[in-house]
Amino acid sequence: MLLRTLAAPGRRALGGRLLQRAAYSAAVDGAVEPIRGLELGVAHSKLLLRSVAAVRGSSELQALGVADGETRKMNMCQAINDALRLTLASDATSVVFGEDVAFGGVFRCSVGLASEFGSERIFNTPLTEQGIAGFGIGLAAMGHTAVAEIQFADYILPAFDQIVNEAAKYRYRSGNEFNAGGLTIRAPCAAVGHGGLYHSQSPEAFFAHVPGLKVVVPRSAVQAKGLLLAAIRDPNPAIVLEPKILYRSAVEEVPAADYVLPLGKAEVLRPGKDATVVGYGSQIYALENAIQMVERDMPGVSCELIDLRTILPYDVDMVAESVTRTGRLIIAHEAPRTQGFAAELAAEIQERCFLRLESPIERVCGLSTPHPLAFERLYMPCAVRCYEAIKRSLEYSP
Amino acid sequence: MLRFGAIAALRQARPAAAKGAVLQGARAMASASDAVTIDLGENVFDGYNIDVPSSKLTMGREELVGLYREMQVVRRLEMASDSSYKHKLIRGFCHLCTGQEAVPVGVESALTKKDAIITAYRCHGFTYMRGASPFGILAELMGRKEGVSKGKGGSMHMYAPNFYGGNGIVGAQVPLGAGIAFAQKYRGEEACTVALYGDGAANQGQVFEAYNMAKLWDLPVLFVCENNKYGMGTAAARAAANTDYYTRGQYIPGIRVNGMDVLAVRQAIAYAREYAISNGPMVLEMKTYRYGGHSMSDPGTTYRTREEVQHMRSTSDPITGYKQRLLDNGVATEDELKAIDKEAKKFIDEELARAKAIPEPAAAELWDDVYVAGSDVPYLRGRVPEETHYYS
Repeated sequence: MLLRTLAAPGRRALGGRLLQRAAYSAAVDGAVEPIRGLELGVAHSKLLLRSVAAVRGSSELQALGVADGETRKMNMCQAINDALRLTLASDATSVVFGEDVAFGGVFRCSVGLASEFGSERIFNTPLTEQGIAGFGIGLAAMGHTAVAEIQFADYILPAFDQIVNEAAKYRYRSGNEFNAGGLTIRAPCAAVGHGGLYHSQSPEAFFAHVPGLKVVVPRSAVQAKGLLLAAIRDPNPAIVLEPKILYRSAVEEVPAADYVLPLGKAEVLRPGKDATVVGYGSQIYALENAIQMVERDMPGVSCELIDLRTILPYDVDMVAESVTRTGRLIIAHEAPRTQGFAAELAAEIQERCFLRLESPIERVCGLSTPHPLAFERLYMPCAVRCYEAIKRSLEYSP
Repeated sequence: MLRFGAIAALRQARPAAAKGAVLQGARAMASASDAVTIDLGENVFDGYNIDVPSSKLTMGREELVGLYREMQVVRRLEMASDSSYKHKLIRGFCHLCTGQEAVPVGVESALTKKDAIITAYRCHGFTYMRGASPFGILAELMGRKEGVSKGKGGSMHMYAPNFYGGNGIVGAQVPLGAGIAFAQKYRGEEACTVALYGDGAANQGQVFEAYNMAKLWDLPVLFVCENNKYGMGTAAARAAANTDYYTRGQYIPGIRVNGMDVLAVRQAIAYAREYAISNGPMVLEMKTYRYGGHSMSDPGTTYRTREEVQHMRSTSDPITGYKQRLLDNGVATEDELKAIDKEAKKFIDEELARAKAIPEPAAAELWDDVYVAGSDVPYLRGRVPEETHYYS
């Protein structure tokens, strides 16, 4: 049934060919096709700071004092490169290492750094994830700023023990004598359309379970630069999961200055009164589209979209405040639903907002299957599935 | 940490220069009138792709006696740990190094304080040798607030300056050692890192990841395998395809050392340290033996015979053997050494009594040091909502 919808010949006429491919539509038979010509995805997002004027108008960047300065057009990959460059230039103890990073890394995030800062500071490691993490912890324990890249978040699992047992607990178990606070691990995560089982996963919930870590997922170039610098400078070990599909597609005017976005602080991307919609990373753009469809189909309705940005610690106060106003919560992420991060947020919100909730909290997540290659469109918590969940929430009657 | 007693006073009185640069210290001693040259005998070292160190070494009388004293203190410390455990003052996991004292004492005597050590969970001896007081160690074992880790680490998690612990996960400390050594090299320090692990951990994949990185980048790290013949309850040969642990670095040279001989350990580490700082990593295997079980819950007699343990105690004990060597070489008299034994016992008894008197950390400490103060998460949950701890 779902496949039939995807293959429905009539849809070709509705929008561009590429848009149809990205739509991941899961509408049920007989329903009015929900996309109906809407331009989907990050390429058409209204959330990005595409112009200098948009940067000037950003209240957060204004508060940081960088809204009025020079900006450069960058995609997320270039913004990350810029953050690494600023780190290497301002912190003599900082080193960047990982598989192939000296050549720029497979996604080119560290391109040019080795020639600028030298091969003692930007170097390739063997294919050694557990070793990379352990090595980074040792380096951080000596007071260095260690920025490690794990080539894909899917490969971070051999390093799980080092991250969970060594990095996260070093400070506590030594009574604050030693720590791995200088360690930041970057890893590209999430679906890219063709990644299959081992180049698509979103492992944030594993790490969100670990006291002592910070876990960050940026949604755009401006965000990635400020959040990566924050993670690097935060005195606790941090994991930055970068949705790889955004490396090239999320293009913004990025302040050239050095700036740090707050960790643990979510952001309201668009205000609304009827439902609170929460996500992070590339999922934000599916949610943006879902809200556009809901607001088109249900005149008068408005949805509040919140980007969590940091998964640990997460900004429950902002979500709770919003849900207290709207009475409805829809959470979406790509990782499988079972034990996913949405479960944690849903539990916390029902505890805090129990009497304010008008409908069950909706979770729109990846399926509890391995991340599939052939069936990725079915797996994804796409705009249409999010749309349906928001509608279910709004139309709920006990 | 405060130190009490004659031994503590002696430790503090040890000339800083001698600890700051043992090799130079030893040379200075050698020129003094009380220097003694000792022949370690044959077959104390085996080399793998490298010449073995000299079997002759010259040291000052006081330093030689100091090694004896430190081994006695470590043994007494572990005896106190053992009895405190049996009196239920220490709970949870506790791994004693009784029988292996020559390794921490010998390793430390060949290092400077700029060198780093990182080891696994059998760490009490190293913690003491790196400068923590027995009081701090015993208090930590009992989970008391003046323990070396504020009572929050326990037996496996003890630290001291340039001693990176005290690590509970088998083998996990080895790549950290490579990272620490990288930082030393990056800073141009004339220092090395000693990364220790057991014969059981030697089979962990990440040990080989660390070997590879260390050799690739010529890091000043000594991978030291303390081979006490049993990985928990499994004899080394039943777990390892190659039990010549000093050869397992393949492209890294190695030395096998009689780990029951404190001077052999010292000689090998001093030699390897020089090598590592100018050339890169080395793998050392310390052949040693633990008298007790793997941990307090292991009687240590189900996978080996009582006769074997007794045999090792009577023929290879690091303290008895060293005592005989000091007597044979006229370094000390029987009475002098007996006085040291008594002194060590008294010292540890006093330290234990002080440690017992210390209270546990306040419950509020539970929330401290999960994150850096001021950069915490907003709150951490307790057992019930009322116990949720808000940082700000």
